[in-house]
Amino acid sequence: MALEHAATAPGRSEALRASRGAPEVSIRCKGLRKTYEDGVVAVDGLDLEVRRGECFGLLGPNGAGKTTTVEILEGLLEPSGGEVEILGRRWETDERWLRERIGVSLQETHLPDKLTVRETLELFRSFFVEGRDIDATIDLVALREKEHAKFDTLSGGQRQRLAVACALVGDPTLLFLDEPTTGLDPQSRRMLWDVVLAFKEQGGSVLLTTHYMDEAERLCDRVGVIDHGKTIAVGTPKELIDSLGGSQIVEIEVARPPAEEAARDALAASLARLPGVVSSRFHGGRFVLTVDQLHVALPAVLEALRARNLELANLSTHRATLEDVFVTLTGRALRE
Amino acid sequence: MSDVERRARMRAIVQLALARFRIFYREPGSMFWTFGFPLVLSIVLGIAFRDRDPEPVVVAVEVAAEDARARAEHAREILARSDDVKVKVMSPEEASAALRTGKVSLVVTPSTDGYAYRWDPTRPESRLARSVTDDVLQRGEGRQDAYEPTSSIVTEPGSRYIDFLVPGLVGLGLMSTGLWGIGFALAEMRTKKLIKRLVATPMRRSDFLLSFLLVRALLLPVELAPLLAFAWLVFDVGVRGSFLTLGITALVGALTFAVMGLFFACRADNPHVVSGLINIVSFPMYLCSGVFFSSSRFPDAVQPIIGLLPLTALNDALRATMIDGAGLADVAGKLGVCATWGIVCFVLAIRLFKWR
Repeated sequence: MALEHAATAPGRSEALRASRGAPEVSIRCKGLRKTYEDGVVAVDGLDLEVRRGECFGLLGPNGAGKTTTVEILEGLLEPSGGEVEILGRRWETDERWLRERIGVSLQETHLPDKLTVRETLELFRSFFVEGRDIDATIDLVALREKEHAKFDTLSGGQRQRLAVACALVGDPTLLFLDEPTTGLDPQSRRMLWDVVLAFKEQGGSVLLTTHYMDEAERLCDRVGVIDHGKTIAVGTPKELIDSLGGSQIVEIEVARPPAEEAARDALAASLARLPGVVSSRFHGGRFVLTVDQLHVALPAVLEALRARNLELANLSTHRATLEDVFVTLTGRALRE
Repeated sequence: MSDVERRARMRAIVQLALARFRIFYREPGSMFWTFGFPLVLSIVLGIAFRDRDPEPVVVAVEVAAEDARARAEHAREILARSDDVKVKVMSPEEASAALRTGKVSLVVTPSTDGYAYRWDPTRPESRLARSVTDDVLQRGEGRQDAYEPTSSIVTEPGSRYIDFLVPGLVGLGLMSTGLWGIGFALAEMRTKKLIKRLVATPMRRSDFLLSFLLVRALLLPVELAPLLAFAWLVFDVGVRGSFLTLGITALVGALTFAVMGLFFACRADNPHVVSGLINIVSFPMYLCSGVFFSSSRFPDAVQPIIGLLPLTALNDALRATMIDGAGLADVAGKLGVCATWGIVCFVLAIRLFKWR
């Protein structure tokens, strides 16, 4: 439903965007660094490129530097070093021009409690010379029923949709969403995803941060995995998953794993040599195997464990996800 | 700036001001502190310090021995004839106890050739009682007045406590709504990351700050009218100067304190810091700036400092306008002191304001 409304309310959309001669690259940053006053290095030489019309996901655990990166790109924080180019321009010289063309949803914004949905949108709309129709925006984020409800009476999902609506009401060509669905129920998340996909369909570019893998896989054309303020991998979700070399993950728990690390590593290495197994690690109390042929690997693994007299406590398999990519790259889970 | 941009900017200022209005009137607390509190305060203080008719002095006539009873009764009769004296006959013990506890101000004892008075000269009411009682008794016993005095009784309008109090409450109200209304609101917006969110739009920062001052100025008449009307209807407190002068004085005061609120909140990350700052700054002014009693009661040494406080200047200007009927030229100096605070705070606030 949200999609239909979006299609009938295009705002200035494609025709205008094309006439502006928008550059092929929406965001380009090179060697981005940010050191806070207390000496904490939040971003440490980060490179990033978001192409026009794509949805790019920044993936990483809490504290990886996602929000700092996004706020620098939004022109809200000064970088300590590196270059940033948004829509082919720079914050230092073209702030007003850029502000008219980007939409921002911060990680947490508490909009005024006593303003209604409509009043809030009217306020945000008034800051832009050109923008979307208020009614169309309300329909786009499916808040028609709550049009006259005050912010403090809205549910978490409705608040978040209003926050995104405030980002869209200026009819941006580039949208920044910092953890847009954190803490929301599945239905609210899906409603927000529809809004983002509708925006992309109209030719908009999106940079979003998330630590939900399903969100990244559903929305993002490409993702960048960041850790400790650096980009450690960039690609489409499929490319990143394929880079694991196998499409299945097998997790094995044994009743009494070897106590010494060296022995555990040796066991992991021997499991990796089995047919059908691509790689193997000991992580989080269990052996995690990346497998390209499950039907070949599984009997071999069970046989190997039996030969070593190791009692199997638990075994599970799943299709490889971005989460596994992250664990493989960093040795840590995303939400540890 | 093109026409389109200018129109867009007008729309932004109107929307920012509208938002402030809505947030204000939808918050019952802010409504009470702005409108209700000054009214309640003026009622309570007006009643406590209302003017009363002069009260009669209370004296005791003591009967030391039975044979003196007739003399005592005679004195009582003389005194009872006067409206200015309330008199009782008591035994010496009762009389002493009544004097000690302040129930009577003077004890009259018949003596051989007249009357003796027992009283405490450190008590003003005793001195008054001594003078009134002596006068009444002397005349009662046959003293002739040298002449018949004529007197005309004058009640100076504007000399009552309530006349003094109302301008002080107006000043206090302007200070509180300015400092708290704006300082607190801004700090809260920063805590909620709303300022950061607004700065991420093309909103002009000057429009944002302007909207606070604009709303303050627009709310001013709505805020003053009930208090002034109430003071006029209930306590007969009028405005002797022109309403224009009063309006300009109030506007200068309101904007000065609004800007000071802006300044106190220009860097604070949470409302507690701001409320601490505002308390530190406003408490001395509650006491010293002549809200409830005249600032001239403080020692001469500190008078120059007190005179430079913004609330003192504002209160002086308000009183001059309301009580003495002063014109704009007469209060210009005081308004200048007030406005200087405003301008200094404004420059500092703009320089130091934390937008992100």
